[in-house]
Order: sequence, then structure tokens, then C-alpha cells
Amino acid sequence: MYAFDFHRPTTLRQAVSLLAKSEDAKLLAGGHSLIPVMKLRLASPRTLIDLSQIQELTGVELKGRSLVIGAMTRHRDVANSPIVQEAMPGLAAVPASIGDPHVRNRGTIGGSIANNDPNADYPAACLGLGATIITNKRKIPADEFFTGLFETALEPDEIITKVSFPITRKCAYEKFKHPASGFALVGVFVAKRGSEVRVAVTGAGASGVFRVPSFEEALKKRFAPKSLEGLSISPEGLASDIHASAEYRAHLVGVMARRATAKAVAYG
Amino acid sequence: MTGTGIGAAVRRKEDLRFITGRGHYTDDISRPGQAYACFLRSPHAHARIRSIDTSAAANLPGVLAVLTGAELQADKIGNLICGWMIHSKDGSPMKMAPHPALAVGKVCYVGDPVAVVVAETLPQAKDAAEKIVVDYEVLPAVADPAKAKEGPQIHEVAPRNTIYEWALGDKAATDAAFASARHVTRLDIVNNRLAPNALEPRAAIGEYDAGSDSFTLWNTTQNPHVARLVISAFVGLAPEHKLRVIAPDVGGGFGSKIFIYPEEVVALWASKRVGRPVKWTCDRSEAFLADAHGRDHVTHAEMAFDDKGKIVGLRVHTIANLGAYMSTFSSSIPTYLYATLLSGQYAIPHIYCEVDAVYTNTVPVDAYRGAGRPEATFVVERLVEVGARELGIDPPELRRRNFIKSFPHQTPVIMTYDAGDYEASLRKALEIADYKNFPKRKRESARRGKLRGIGFSTYIEACGIAPSQAVGSLGAGVGLWESAEVRVNPTGSVEVLTGSHSHGQGHETTFAQLVSDRLGIPIENVSVIHGDTDKVQFGMGTYGSRSGAVGMSAIAKALDKVEAKAKKVASHLLEAAEGDIEFKDGKFIVSGTDKSATWADVALHAYIAHKFSGQELEPGLKEGAFYDPTNFTFPAGCHICEVEVDPDTGEVTIVGWTAVDDFGVVINPMIVEGQVHGGIAQGVGQALLEHAVYNSDGQLVTGSLMDYAMPRAGNLPSYKVDMTVTRCPSNPLGVKGCGEAGAIAAPAAVINAVTDAVGVEDIPMPATPQAVWSAIRSRAQPRQAA
Ligand SMILES: Cc1cc2nc3c(=O)[nH]c(=O)nc-3n(C[C@H](O)[C@H](O)[C@H](O)COP(=O)(O)OP(=O)(O)OC[C@H]3O[C@@H](n4cnc5c(N)ncnc54)[C@H](O)[C@@H]3O)c2cc1C
Repeated sequence: MYAFDFHRPTTLRQAVSLLAKSEDAKLLAGGHSLIPVMKLRLASPRTLIDLSQIQELTGVELKGRSLVIGAMTRHRDVANSPIVQEAMPGLAAVPASIGDPHVRNRGTIGGSIANNDPNADYPAACLGLGATIITNKRKIPADEFFTGLFETALEPDEIITKVSFPITRKCAYEKFKHPASGFALVGVFVAKRGSEVRVAVTGAGASGVFRVPSFEEALKKRFAPKSLEGLSISPEGLASDIHASAEYRAHLVGVMARRATAKAVAYG
Repeated sequence: MTGTGIGAAVRRKEDLRFITGRGHYTDDISRPGQAYACFLRSPHAHARIRSIDTSAAANLPGVLAVLTGAELQADKIGNLICGWMIHSKDGSPMKMAPHPALAVGKVCYVGDPVAVVVAETLPQAKDAAEKIVVDYEVLPAVADPAKAKEGPQIHEVAPRNTIYEWALGDKAATDAAFASARHVTRLDIVNNRLAPNALEPRAAIGEYDAGSDSFTLWNTTQNPHVARLVISAFVGLAPEHKLRVIAPDVGGGFGSKIFIYPEEVVALWASKRVGRPVKWTCDRSEAFLADAHGRDHVTHAEMAFDDKGKIVGLRVHTIANLGAYMSTFSSSIPTYLYATLLSGQYAIPHIYCEVDAVYTNTVPVDAYRGAGRPEATFVVERLVEVGARELGIDPPELRRRNFIKSFPHQTPVIMTYDAGDYEASLRKALEIADYKNFPKRKRESARRGKLRGIGFSTYIEACGIAPSQAVGSLGAGVGLWESAEVRVNPTGSVEVLTGSHSHGQGHETTFAQLVSDRLGIPIENVSVIHGDTDKVQFGMGTYGSRSGAVGMSAIAKALDKVEAKAKKVASHLLEAAEGDIEFKDGKFIVSGTDKSATWADVALHAYIAHKFSGQELEPGLKEGAFYDPTNFTFPAGCHICEVEVDPDTGEVTIVGWTAVDDFGVVINPMIVEGQVHGGIAQGVGQALLEHAVYNSDGQLVTGSLMDYAMPRAGNLPSYKVDMTVTRCPSNPLGVKGCGEAGAIAAPAAVINAVTDAVGVEDIPMPATPQAVWSAIRSRAQPRQAA
């Protein structure tokens, strides 16, 4: 690790102003993605702005027909939240599937989404539920937020404050774990809300999380695993590595989508 | 037996300090004035070094020295060596290439150390290492052992990258057996390359004392005396009596800490250069690149059967990847620790095995838990299982027909098995695993859409290495005896000094149990001292499950001498003839009387020496012994693995594990069970998860735990562990060794189960979900999950 300056603001305003005026600054949330790359000397921010003391960034609340989660809410707290479990057990299962207890005790939803690791779990939930990512500046629909591998629509001086999920009980996540890292080798989030159906896939895409229109169409006709039988996605454009070829990933997308649909039906 | 004697499940004395963070590992030790080393490693698998410019690095703050192979040569520091000579079939000696501790002229694998920076702080050392400019001329590389002979030549001494082409057994007789066979089973097998990943990474502190012109090395080593011998006699850093090697608490080795590595040599050498103690601690990323890997065999194997299912011959050809340089014991692993075990538990009349060892542009490969024996077991147990399926014979039944039933048994591949009862462990394992109801369980799985399979592994291993004469005749550069010293204090407490080394095995407990058993004193009154060349005179260290069979036997021998001497003291104390003194339950008794003296009395009198003349009997109570075994030991057993495969994803879940092992006499059943658990975990890791992968350019693809899959608790079932016992006749304690059994037995059991479930034999290790899914898809006629 290289040396850096460390700030620990207690309000969002302070954080925003520190971010604006410091050169080469990085926000620090749970540190479970950022610190490892710094230790490996692959990242060398000159300034770290720790968000952990900003009360307003933490917590889960129901707002009308949405569930709003503060950016600094830890994976464990979302997974164990009675509000989330009651409103959307399919969403609570997403942070519950992340890493191990240490990771869940530190990692945050904001950090996960901002990081946009192509194998991370939360991006699938955001896209699959059509969430809105709220920053200090604006509201960004999930469909526009995740722009590529480790890339998002966030501007350098932007801080995620909240994520708002429209509520539906008919949603579920199915994750096939990477044998080494435990991230999603393929994860599929399926949701039905009114007449809208969304199927979002993480882990498989060569450029990050994506939706599967053909599956969505089929599930719109009838929201049941059977509707997906015989359907598959093309391996083209999918990630391929020693753990999973594009072909295998394409296959797993189908399997995980069917299993997620079955769960969503059971929840709903 | 006392409550803490042989056979008692005593809790491990050492665990309190380990689990409360009070251990003393090498990195926990800091020396006054200590500086820190950081190695600059080659980013290329194969390259010539045109030049190295260290000037920018040397001028950075805190930097004490930047050293390269040039300085190493200027100081006449010798190369690292491989200590086991193997000759090729044509009689020529193995081709050992020079292995300097820092690259000289070229680099041969990604991670090859090129330079070292010594600085006041570790960050300063790292900063400086980034400023070293190396001009490389990148050369083509080869990483795949099967392609090594056709690849670019890595070392001048080794044309076609061939280190040796070795063979064992009678080729003509074996070929004849095949010619008359009724059935031949053939398999192509890759024994996957593994990265050891001990919990504690390697570390070293070198310290030079100018006053006495002597060196001390604190090092994560499994055999400090061998390290000292090699560093003095071959590397030539210091004469043996001017070098002290200390292996403090060591957090796991699995073989990877047997070897003498470049970094510890450099830490010592640099400490003299800079006049400060120099510490180096490996980090996990560096460990993947720089610790010796294990396995990496490519094998074609054939087993011939007669019309009754009797094995009539075995033919094996293996290409063994030894990496870029020959590590300390690398040459012996795919030869004398591998081919000599190819008879398994079976009476096989003819065996012929050829092994080609090759250089590749990968980190050196050497012993890793089981070392050669897991590879042999995998070959034999896969062939037997597949043979049984092809012949339509129940796999346990085919094994039974071929088991060796009388002992001693001479195999066609050197070994003389001394004792065993293979039928007994198989029978017990089948019972515990409820084999007869397997079909019912399979149907139940099928109802849930799962494919269920069962796999066997009736393994054998040769442990307790080994008789020095025997290994000497096979090329070993050292003897493989062990030493011990038992020091009795005037108060009767005991210090045992042993040449064995504990890095997780629990010697402080088991060795103390032996003393407790023999002297009738509580284990709290015994301390076990090891891992310091200034305290223990000499020792051969711990590997090959040898600490019990060889290390404890040496202690037993020293205890015999202590007892004999103590009886002399007691005879004076009790005023009886020496021949009338009995030693029982910690008491010296005059036969047929009620006169007795306690152990503590006798110990005290040995030292105060008031009751005997010093001319007649030497005062004191301290004895040493060297024990050289008469044979290897042959632990064996039967492991049965049951799996469920998800046909949609290829995911394998282990749903049952039965292990019935014969380790001879068991000193501490709890520790033995723990060793079995850990061994199986490592074997399951090899079978389902672990794979060190280099790409065709020689870059390590699995360079972190994000890509290298280690077994976790969730990957493992609850084991059913049991034992059968045949006493080992080759050592005084009757013990055989248990440290490697699980890792040796497990891979074959898992793959036999997975292939049984899927109905396809060609499934590689690790049997990842992707590999199993591909195998399922490859089935010509999909077998119904029925
Ligand atoms: C061993 C291990 C296992 C893991 N397993 C999984 C897994 O199975 N699935 C999974 O999805 N993830 C996994 N993770 C990642 C984990 O969930 C991380 O916590 C997460 O990706 C990043 O969140 P963080 O709070 O730690 O963010 P940090 O590491 O602190 O930050 C990550 C990035 O986001 C930026 N950032 C943080 N907060 C904000 C904000 N409010 N606004 C704008 N930018 C911000 C930071 O500047 C940084 O660039 C694992 C991590 C580890 C170490």
C-alpha cells in the first residue's frame, strides 16, 4: 500500500466538499473491494474519504411502494432486516449470498454498486428490480447506471446516497457460486411487478450485468419456470475463463433463471 | 496406560497458545535493528536479462542495499541443489541445472527472484523494488509438461528439457503378461498441479553477528538441520558450526517448507552485506508464484486382467513436471515415492513404470502432502475401479480378489510390505458406509433429480521414511534416521529434544504422551524441544509421515537407555542388586519386596550422586539415541466417497465419507482423526477444486485465492472415521504414520464416485462443475437418472 491522506467526515455535505476539492480522492465504504487493490498496489488514491461516520447514509426504510436502502448499509444489515425480509425476501437473499460473515459485516450496498464488479450480486438485483440509484446530485435508473466492467454512470464528484427498490414479492435471486471466489459465476435475478417482468444476469456478461429480453417476454406470458424451458441465450458476448466457458455460462443462465422463477413464484 | 499415555485422546498442549494468538511464528520475531527485504521477481516465464539498473532504487530513502545475481556471484554464493540423484534408463545422471538464489543472466519462471532490496521499512523496500529497471529479452516459454520436450530449451545442461528418463520394473515380463491378458483397462490421467497454501506464508530472518562471525536464520522450515547442512555445505554461506537455524512455530507446511529456497539464503547473505538483521515475509500473492507446487503428472496407464479378474500386469508412463529448477527433493517424488507404490494393496506380479521428468517455465515442483503416493494411488485405484466396471465385477469384489493376503510381501517395485489386513478395513468400511443400501439411496436421489455415485479407494502408502541404507542405494544424499535426546531434570521433569519438527502435527502432545507412558509422569512434566540447531544436535525433520515411526522410535530408544541408567541409580538408592529392580507405573521396586523409590527420587539421586561412587556410575540422567528404521511403514486403508451430482449444473456434492485406516498403534486417536480430516480435505481439494494453472506463455492464471479454489468447510461432509489395527513390526512402537493418508486416498475415491454418478470415465481433476457438466453432455447416450 502507498501512503494516503485520510478523512472521516460526519455529514454528506462535508464528504461532498472533500471529494470536490481533493485531488485523486476515493470514497471508502466497507473497504472490501478498495483496500485489497490498494494493498496489492494496483490502486493508489492520494486521499481516502471514509463514509462510515455519516449517519444519514445508513438504514432501511419503506417509502410508499418502494424500499429505500442507504448506501452505507452493510450486507448483513440488509440481509437481516425484517423490513426487507417481509417486503422482498427475494432481495434479502442477495446480500445474504455475498462472501462470508466478515465480508457481510463490512461490505455495503453503495460500495458494491459503485464498484460494479462483473461478478457482484447487487447489480443483478438493482437491474432486475428496476431500482433507482440516488446520489448527492441526481436519480439514476439502474438501466442507465451500470455501464461496463467496473464502470458506472457516476461522475468523479458523485456519491451514492441511497438505492430505491420498487416493491414486489414476486422476485428472487439464484446464484451459482464461483468455486474459488464465491462471487457469482452466474447469478440471475427475476422479478415480476404488475405486468412488468425483468430478468437480470450477473457474472456471465463480458461487460457486466445485463437483461435477457427473450426470457422476460416468455415470463410475461406466464410467470412460471416452464415458460423458460427450451429457451437459452447465446454464448456470444459472454465471459469465458478457466472456471467457465461462455457456453457453460450461457447454459447456467437458463438453469438459474428457471430456479429463480420457481422461487419468485413461491414467494409471491 | 496412564491417563495421558499411549492411546489417550489427550487435548493438544500446543493449541492454547495457537488459538489465543500467543504462538511465535517467524514473522512474530523482530530482531534489534532489523531491516526488511523485498524481492523483485520476473514478470516473464522465460527471458534473458540484458541488464539491470539498480541506481534509481538504491538512491531512494531508507534503502540499505539493492543486490542482484552479480553480487551473489561476486561473493561466491553457491547454487541451490537437489539432493537426490536419479539415473536415467541409459545410466546417465539427472541433468541438474544451476539454480542461483538470484537470477544470473536469465529468468526461467514468473516469480524467479531477480533482485532484492533491503530497506529500513517494508514499504520503502517495495517502493525501491518498483524502481529497478530490468531489460529483458523475452524468450518463448513452455509450461505444459506434455509439451516440454518439444518446447524451447530452458537449461544448457538439459536437451529437450529432459532431466531424466527413468524406469522401474521388468519391461519384458510385464509386456508378456499383457500379451496373455484377457482384458486391458487403459486410462489417460492428468494429476493436477497444486499450490500448497499453508496458512502461514514462508518467512525468514537472517542475522549476522560480526563478533563471532556467525549467522542465525529464523525460518519457516520443516527440517532446520537439513537447511543448515545445505546452506553451509552447498551454498557455502557459512560453515555448519557458524550457522544456527531456528524453526520456531511453523503454521503448516504440507511439504512446501521442506525445501531450501532462495529467499532464506538471500536474507542470510544480505544480513552480512548490510550489517543488519534482514527479515522477509512472503505474502499470499508471492506464495502462489514462489512456493514449490505439487503433483503435475501426465500419465498413460494400463492394467491387465486375467479371466478371473486377477490383475496380471501394470504398465505406466508418466511425464512429471519439475518446474524451472530442481527443488531440494524433487527428483525423488515421481520416482521412488511414486513408482514404488504402484502395486497398491494388490498382488500384482508384473509392473513396469517409466517416468520422464521435465523442466518447464513454471515454479519448481516438489513434495506436497503425500508426495508421489497420491499420484500412485490415483493411477492404481482409478484403473481398478474402471477395470471392475468394464469387467462387470463389483468394485469391492475385484479388489478383494486381488488383495495381498500374506506378509511380508515383496512387490515387483522394490517395496516389502511388512504387515496389513486390507480385507478387514474394506469389510469395516463397507459396513459403515452401508454399501448394501446404496441402490436405494441412488433411487432416492434420482427422485430428486440428482445423480448419485459411490467410489472406493483402497490405498497404500510408504511412510516413516526410511532406512538410510535403502534410500542411499536409491540415490538419496542424506540418511533418513532420526535423533532424540531425553534430559531428565533433578526434579524428575523431562525435556525431550527431537530432530522431528512440528508444524501442526501435535508433537508436543504425542511425544509427551510417549514419555508419560514410559516414565509414568504426567505430560505436563514433559516438554518437547525441537526446531533449533543449537539445541538439538541433528535431525532429519518432518515429512513423509515419519515423526511417529522414526522420530518417536528414537525417543523410545533414548528412553530405554534412560530407564537402564535410572535402574542403576535406583539399585544404589534401594540397596538392591540392579537385576532385582523393576520399573513399573513410575516406580522402582525391588522385586518381591515392598521397597520402592519414586521416579522423582531416582532423578534427584542421579544428580546429587550421594548414594553411589562417581567412579562406578556417572552422575546425571540424560541419554541420546539415533534410530534408523528397518523398513518403511505401510499405512493402508479404505475410503468410500458418496456424491450427488446436479445434472443441470454439474455441481458435485459429497454426501458421505467413510474412512477406515490402519495406522498401526495409535498414540492419540483425536490427533490422528484430525490428521485424517485435514488430509481428506486436501484430497477433496485436489479432486474437486484446486488447480494451479499456467497459460501457454507461462503466466500463472490462478495467482490468488480469487481463482485458486481452496476447500472450505461447506465443501466437505461429516466424515465417518474409523480404524483397524495391525501392529507395524518394523519399529518398537508399532506405529505407521497418519499424516498423509487422507490426501493420498481421497482423490481417487472422489473421482471414482463422480464417474460412477455420471457414467463417464473421462472426467479431469479438479472435477469442477464445468468439467462435470461437459462430461454429462458428452455422454453418447444420456443415462437416465433412474
Ligand atoms: C473475500 C471477499 C468475498 C466477497 N464476495 C462477494 C460476493 O460473493 N458477492 C459480491 O457481490 N461481492 C463480494 N465481495 C465484495 C464485497 O461485497 C464488497 O464489500 C463490495 O463489492 C464493495 O463494497 P464496500 O462497501 O466494501 O466498498 P469499498 O471497497 O469501500 O469501495 C468500493 C468502490 O466503491 C466506491 N464507493 C464506495 N461507496 C460509495 C458511494 N457511496 N458512492 C460512490 N462510490 C462509492 C469506492 O470509492 C470504491 O471505488 C467480496 C469481497 C471480499 C473481500
